[in-house]
Amino acid sequence: MRFLRRFFIRLSNFATGRRADQRVREEMAEHLALQTEENLRAGMSPAEARRQAALKLGAAQAIREQHNAEQGLPLAENFLFDLRYAFRMLYRSPGFSLIAIATMALGVGATTAIYSVIDATLLHPLPYPHPSELVRIEANLPGVGAHDVGLSIPELRDLQNSGIFQYVSFCFFGSDTLTGNGQPTRIAGATVSPSYFAVLGVDAQLGRTFDPHDASPGSNGEVVISDGLWKRAFGADPHILSKSIRIDNDLFHVVGVMPAGFRDQGQTGEQVSTELWAADGFSDRTPPMRGTRLVYETIARLQPGLSPEAAQGRLDALVASLKKQYPADYPPQAEWTFHLTPLAETLVGNVRQSLILLFGAVGLVLLISCVNVANLLLARASARGREMAVRQALGAARMRLIRQLFTESLLLFVLGGITGFAVLFCARKFLLQFVPESLPRLNDISISWGVLAFAIVVSVAAGTIFGLAPAWLTSRLDLTATLRQEGRGSNGSRRRSRLRHVLVIGELALSLVLMVAAGLLLRSFWDLFQVQLGFNPTRVMAIETSLPNPNDPNTDIYRTATQEAVLLREVLRRNRTIPGVEETAVSDRTAIPLGHGQNDRRIIPLLREGPEVQSSQPPLIDTSIVSPEYFHVLGMTLLRGRLFVDQDLEATPLVAVINQAAARTYWPNQDPVGKRVRMLGRLGRARPDWTTIVGVIADARTESLADAGIPQIYLDIYQRPAKFLALYLRGQVDPAAISAQVRTQVQAVDPELPVFHAETLNDVLSSSLSVRRFSMEMVALFAATALLLAGLGIYGTISFLVNEQSREIAIRLALGAQRRDILKMVLRQGLTLAAAGAGVGLVGAPIVSHLMAGLLYGVSPYDLSTFAGVTAVLTAVAIAASYVPALRAMRLDPITTLHAE
Amino acid sequence: MKEKADVLQGTLALMVLKTLDVLGPQHGYGIARRIEQISGDILALNQGTLYPLLLKLENEGSIASQWGASENNRRARFYRLTTSGRKQLQSETYDWNQTAAIIARFFEVKAEDLP
Repeated sequence: MRFLRRFFIRLSNFATGRRADQRVREEMAEHLALQTEENLRAGMSPAEARRQAALKLGAAQAIREQHNAEQGLPLAENFLFDLRYAFRMLYRSPGFSLIAIATMALGVGATTAIYSVIDATLLHPLPYPHPSELVRIEANLPGVGAHDVGLSIPELRDLQNSGIFQYVSFCFFGSDTLTGNGQPTRIAGATVSPSYFAVLGVDAQLGRTFDPHDASPGSNGEVVISDGLWKRAFGADPHILSKSIRIDNDLFHVVGVMPAGFRDQGQTGEQVSTELWAADGFSDRTPPMRGTRLVYETIARLQPGLSPEAAQGRLDALVASLKKQYPADYPPQAEWTFHLTPLAETLVGNVRQSLILLFGAVGLVLLISCVNVANLLLARASARGREMAVRQALGAARMRLIRQLFTESLLLFVLGGITGFAVLFCARKFLLQFVPESLPRLNDISISWGVLAFAIVVSVAAGTIFGLAPAWLTSRLDLTATLRQEGRGSNGSRRRSRLRHVLVIGELALSLVLMVAAGLLLRSFWDLFQVQLGFNPTRVMAIETSLPNPNDPNTDIYRTATQEAVLLREVLRRNRTIPGVEETAVSDRTAIPLGHGQNDRRIIPLLREGPEVQSSQPPLIDTSIVSPEYFHVLGMTLLRGRLFVDQDLEATPLVAVINQAAARTYWPNQDPVGKRVRMLGRLGRARPDWTTIVGVIADARTESLADAGIPQIYLDIYQRPAKFLALYLRGQVDPAAISAQVRTQVQAVDPELPVFHAETLNDVLSSSLSVRRFSMEMVALFAATALLLAGLGIYGTISFLVNEQSREIAIRLALGAQRRDILKMVLRQGLTLAAAGAGVGLVGAPIVSHLMAGLLYGVSPYDLSTFAGVTAVLTAVAIAASYVPALRAMRLDPITTLHAE
Repeated sequence: MKEKADVLQGTLALMVLKTLDVLGPQHGYGIARRIEQISGDILALNQGTLYPLLLKLENEGSIASQWGASENNRRARFYRLTTSGRKQLQSETYDWNQTAAIIARFFEVKAEDLP
């Protein structure tokens, strides 16, 4: 209490600049007068009385200073004084200051930029209350090697009733078509449990969200819309709640509008920007079967205070009791389990590694910039040796000198940090363009206060760590020696130059590590880019459309394959008339090569005739529904049997084509052509018909560029209808105009169909590489920066050495040394540094590359040629950077140099 | 002359408070005189150091000060104890007595007294 009071009074005196010097002077004068009188009374002579009084009082000046110190905050005052002095010093050597500040701005700016991405994605992936309670639940069948197989409706209810969770909800992302409002528009939509918003813990800004206890069967006809959709499509109509809207030919009642800032949870940018949510209780599908896993995404909110680990324990107990209760549905060999993951982890799982790598890389760049600035400070220390010596000779305490030098370096670092932040803030719009769109929460990346705090903390920490040592070394000097000969050859300067060498070696080592990382990523990216695709994306465009999916099947005009075939054949025929189009095909949207995320895959249990006909745990296989022309348009090769033909219709026996990987996996050492399978669709009939495999095509990397052999099965779209479609056009078309052209043709057949997402397959291909490309480019950029900084570092050090040794060099020259020898001598010093740096770096690089092995493709983390190449580049840069000062040393004129000394 | 004990230096503040408590409002010289009278030569302090201490105590709120007229009718700054200063004096007196009692007991103990 008392301490605080004293502190605040001192602080306010300090802030207002109030001084009571007059008061203490007056008090002391009075004191002296009283004492003198007393002394006089005691019989002293007036002079002696005054003298004795003054002696008793003590050193007046020291007391006044003490009094003034008590009045204000001497530390802060000194700091301000140092700061003023530091500013003046920076101003006096603008070149040095500019370079140091720019270097730090680069380091801090880049680090802060990456931090802002991490802040939005890894640190705050879930903008909902109590995000740690949110989990994703997946069901696994490790016994048959199947992961994330989805949940059935009874299982969902078991979870809801288990008491482990407050709310459980499924979510199924897709797209809906909003009609009756001018042009049919396709919007990102989701079908969810009525408890979805209760799970997320977010309420509507207008109206309400779904009632989490709503048990009405099937879709309850209610939708919640986003603020964006409300404003865009309905002009922010305040009476929207009393209106119905038409989605996929069904009438829905809008019950709520979400707040403007609300963003859905999801792994892709598209899912995060979902604009329409429809509730479905799934209650009408009777009887719901345990083996029919309809639900792919299940999220839940844990009971408050329950840790994910504890919840997993209770979940395991639930699984055990369910297995006992339903032994037929959960055969022991399948080892059915529930696995619970914090939702935050699942959402950023696929970019986490890349972002951490980037952060590590940018951290190295920051470190190198700090080292560079520390190096500059050390170099300046030599120039200021005399100043320091004079100050010490005049009585400055060493601590005081360190404090002042430290203030100077801290100022440099903080100014650099602020500059970096300011540049970042001004360029944020421009920089965001380079962030791949597939990054979740891209739109939440912002330069917030938290990011500013990060930048300041980083610069202060860097300034403290890298400013103290130079300050300490600068202030440490041999007074007489320095004053006599200007610091040259003094003890302190040798220690300083040793530290400078260590710093440069560190810098070189760090940049070698970064370059190895960049080199390996570059190799991976290049290998992926050069990979044999197995299909030909050139001159092919994919355009999406979707058919209405009404809740009542009887109102669906495209219910059967035959009905849909009429539409599709007409749409394809019309699109072939577009100028430049040579060939057309259609498929469901999951068949767009590389055009979707993990979630969007249609993975269906495959029941083989023979082995699995009795099993309730068949393997799962990636399934695509395509038209007969699909294979030809995409240039996929048939290996055995035949492809689909026009004679394959709804009425004729069902046929399928598989790829080589599927043949290898499911029919090893057999001819799969002629084998029969049952495809158990997600919403399919309980006992589907037999499908005969008629052909095998070569493997193509349509699912993942990195994986050549994912088993695939293709079904004929004229036999199995699909709702979310992709049209393919091969030929010379104008990408800018094609959307409108296709829309005209499609809507000539059915004006209610939306047409969207026109993209060339090459673009799809390159955007599937976007995160990889982003991290590769960023790491390469950071590595280049590091190399540049390291080059500057070695240049500075060698220049400094040459300066220091100029007398020695001049004497050597005067004594007849060859200029070539001088050049060699200086270059040797540069090379020694480079060799030491490369040596240290080569020890560190394999550790780092081992850690990033998961991000590599087709190249070993210990790839010899990358390591060798990078070392060669580093050495070349070191030689080039030493060459300039070496030339200067060589051309030294011995006479002028020796005279100047 | 004896060594000047640091403990006594550290208790200067307590002495100031006690002086003000006993004598009422006093100026700096008066306080210094009083301390000198009581402690004699043992506490040979530079009387000037009293002034920064007085400011510190004032900043802490234990004492307050105002200008007034001294015995010889000159302007002098008078210090007086505040309520919180009185409380502080009480608690510190108690602490001091306790410490002193403990130390005293240690000194009384003789070797044969120990069990």
